[in-house]
Amino acid sequence: MPKPESSEKKSSVAPITAINDFVVKFANVNGSGSASANTLFAKAIFRMGVPVAPRNIFPSNIQGLPTWYEVRVSEQGYLAKRGGGVDLMVSVNPQSQLDDVAEVLPGGYFFYDNTRPLDIRLIRRDINYIGLPLTDITNREYDDARLRQLFKNVIYVGALAALLDMELAVFDKLIAEQFAHKEKLIKPNCDALRLGYKTMGEMYSCPLGMNVRRSDRVGDQIMMTGNSACGLGAVYGGASVAAWYPITPSTSVAEAYESYASQMRYDKEADRKDYVVIQAEDELAAMGMVIGAGWNGARAFTATSGPGVSLMTEFLGLAYFAEVPAVLIDVQRTGPSTGMPTRTQQGDILSCVYASHGDTRHVCLFPANPKQCFDLTAAAFDMAERLQTPIIILTDLDLGMNECMSEALHWDDERKYDRGKVLSSEQLDELDEFGRYLDVDGDHITWRTLPGTHPEKGAFFTRGTSRDEYALYTEKSPAYEKNMERLLAKWKAAPAWLPEPLIQSDGNSYGVMYYGTSADAVLEARDLAKSQGVALDCLQILAVPFHDSVTDFINAHDYVFVVEQNRDAQMRTVLLSELSCDPSKLVSVLHYNGIPISADVIAEQIINVLQHSVAVPASTS
Amino acid sequence: MSFYKPKFRHPQLPSNALGFTRAEYEGALSTLCAGCGHDSISAAVVQACWELDLEPHRIAKVSGIGCSSKSPTYFLNKSHGFNSVHGRMPSVATGAYVANHELTYIGVSGDGDSASIGMGQFAHVVRRNMNMLYMVENNGCYGLTKGQDSATADEGSRSKAGAINPFENIDLVGVALEIGATFVARSFSGDKEQLVPLIKAAIAHRGFALLDVISPCVTFNNHHGSTKSYDYTREHVQTGNIVDFVPSRSEITAHYGEGQNHSLNLHDGSVLNLSKTAPDHDPQDRRQAINALADSRDAGQILTGLIYIDTGEPDFHSMMKINDKPLNSLSQDQLCPGNEALQKINQKLR
Repeated sequence: MPKPESSEKKSSVAPITAINDFVVKFANVNGSGSASANTLFAKAIFRMGVPVAPRNIFPSNIQGLPTWYEVRVSEQGYLAKRGGGVDLMVSVNPQSQLDDVAEVLPGGYFFYDNTRPLDIRLIRRDINYIGLPLTDITNREYDDARLRQLFKNVIYVGALAALLDMELAVFDKLIAEQFAHKEKLIKPNCDALRLGYKTMGEMYSCPLGMNVRRSDRVGDQIMMTGNSACGLGAVYGGASVAAWYPITPSTSVAEAYESYASQMRYDKEADRKDYVVIQAEDELAAMGMVIGAGWNGARAFTATSGPGVSLMTEFLGLAYFAEVPAVLIDVQRTGPSTGMPTRTQQGDILSCVYASHGDTRHVCLFPANPKQCFDLTAAAFDMAERLQTPIIILTDLDLGMNECMSEALHWDDERKYDRGKVLSSEQLDELDEFGRYLDVDGDHITWRTLPGTHPEKGAFFTRGTSRDEYALYTEKSPAYEKNMERLLAKWKAAPAWLPEPLIQSDGNSYGVMYYGTSADAVLEARDLAKSQGVALDCLQILAVPFHDSVTDFINAHDYVFVVEQNRDAQMRTVLLSELSCDPSKLVSVLHYNGIPISADVIAEQIINVLQHSVAVPASTS
Repeated sequence: MSFYKPKFRHPQLPSNALGFTRAEYEGALSTLCAGCGHDSISAAVVQACWELDLEPHRIAKVSGIGCSSKSPTYFLNKSHGFNSVHGRMPSVATGAYVANHELTYIGVSGDGDSASIGMGQFAHVVRRNMNMLYMVENNGCYGLTKGQDSATADEGSRSKAGAINPFENIDLVGVALEIGATFVARSFSGDKEQLVPLIKAAIAHRGFALLDVISPCVTFNNHHGSTKSYDYTREHVQTGNIVDFVPSRSEITAHYGEGQNHSLNLHDGSVLNLSKTAPDHDPQDRRQAINALADSRDAGQILTGLIYIDTGEPDFHSMMKINDKPLNSLSQDQLCPGNEALQKINQKLR
């Protein structure tokens, strides 16, 4: 087959050369089966020992609209979205080609189906075009339309393997694992991969100067979505009741929980489960079920996103006031309202910390990677029962729905669940007096009883109305105030049960505070800033309410940049509300366009502020 | 109005099989208006639980918000109770139930709590066949906010201020029948003879049991022109059947001479004896139940009694395939798969 002329035409700018440090972006049509092929590509890089961070950028749609899959390859282990353009665009969707071609960096590569000539408007002189007649090949090789579609995806992955010098054996093994239960699919997939590999090699000089080289930077790390890690964490944390209502991007939390629980807590012979998953009629009901189960002594959780949190707030206020354990996983998406349902954001900080009317405050946790998702979810059930209050875990779409590289998971078999203060029948027998809200230990946490425990003692009425220490309804102001003061004292003492912030400090003048998925971008930005002569200390917030070390960190620095993926600097508001610190010291670095934050945005904003530090703005909000 | 509930009881009060007198099933002094239908229902719950020999502490009471939802305070002091948020009692009950299916769940709601703000949760707890007695203390108005019409107020009913309700009413009994309830009954707070056995049968039923109890609001909806007043209800009640509940371990000794008698076996071994007064209504036939309800309504009557029962449907516990050992009693060993299993998972993620 003759090589089409455009294939080998070199760009006016020198083609990008890079080893294990580049970004490949796939432009696909939603619902075309591209996701599994793209995942195969990313996983192969991971198996070659090279750190990789794949991200789905998808529409709120099932079939037909443009969808992208961006893979960052980074020998140095930078896992945040890389700022700037793309090194290699794999263009499989004509709908979005005009935008896609514009995203390629000068000297970069544009891979496309050259069965038909490229539209003249898509021609740039400063990039390299790599054509492969995907449609011709699949029409020739396959009779069935669906097969043509599916194998087209595998063929372009094979072509990439040739272009990027990837090991075919790695792909073979991955395909064999993927189809372990459908063995007859292994060979056709391996064949399609080789077809792409071979044809590409015949049509273009392979490999490119930009390619993948086997490395040892992965170690025993795993790749997992944050949602799966939360679901698995809930199994390990002892959750036996999950109630939920489907909502992007949290749906796969409940699905992962059910999948893992069905493997580990299901008696196949008896067809009986040691767990239950209830798909509720809405988020209100989901939260109500969690509270009912928590009241009755089972560990229970729900997972939702911002719109669901809005609906759950009345129940959250009840659980706070009546002191019922509950765990809520909020996988944040772009708000307000329906917002951009398939884009990421950290926009629910205020709506979670202060959810519900009246004076309420909720314990919130902020994992940044799958390992932290697992650890914090499992620990949240201890915290909920210890503190007898809702625990809200805030992740986001970026972490929740993307396969993220992470430290391996570990469970200490010596660890014992903390079931909190629950009186047994024997303990009740020994008690002269039981008051559900009587602070007998002076630690602001009172003993509770579970329904059905004791024939004579310990029964009480749980309510959202004001009550005295014996759970009897009262409208007496002193009793109401005493209870509210105790709840506040409990909140202030809560950090003793919560994870400490992660601090990296070298005594620099400037610090950066961040939480959740900004972590990877901040750590990369710190390196970027350092290369420009700015040294930064770092603090990752893992929990609200804050430990004293957060105050100490602020006090120890001239300025502390607070990095957030929302418009209104919500965590900064919480910091100022909860801590007595100088507002002018907390400088916001904000990014909220729905795309994950990248290091260049952070470094640029910080350096910009410091260069003009004669008048540092208190906040950009 | 009394503000003190004397503790003194007659020393020779009869005891049930557990050795408890009715006093062991009572609650706090009611703060509802004197003559409120809800207090009669509370008394009927006390009587029914006592007669059923239920251990009070093995009962859980759940409710929403409103006058009706306050009433669980006024019965079963030795049971835990949960007065949740408006219209959301079904979800709290569902969560509590799956955590421990061994308790008896008594839910108390009202017409506003169920037919307006809680209509969604009501419909879904019905279709799940969630194991509980769900009582609606139905007075056709919002008592606690001073008498506004509720969604169960009949079209044409006159409010205390004189306004005529222009809207069609929602009959929860009809709704429940339509969406697959397995136990549907209606009664009147003023008819303890009918109410007590219906409560007992509802508790014994395996699955969801709706008991809609017309319970007049003496303060805001008991005047001439109201279709939920004592007088109107008494004049328009149509008794579809008379129920007698025979607990599992008792022998069936009662015989109903006249009319058509019908015995039904419940899952716990107890027996329902129905003395039918409406010959065309077989309460095990859903179509007939729907027709009987419609006929009664067309005739301007309020059909009461056991309107429909289906003992063959699987309950929520079996549909969800939950183990018999209650989830809230599982130990860490049963809940946590341990590190070895986790390392296998890690391996699959590499």
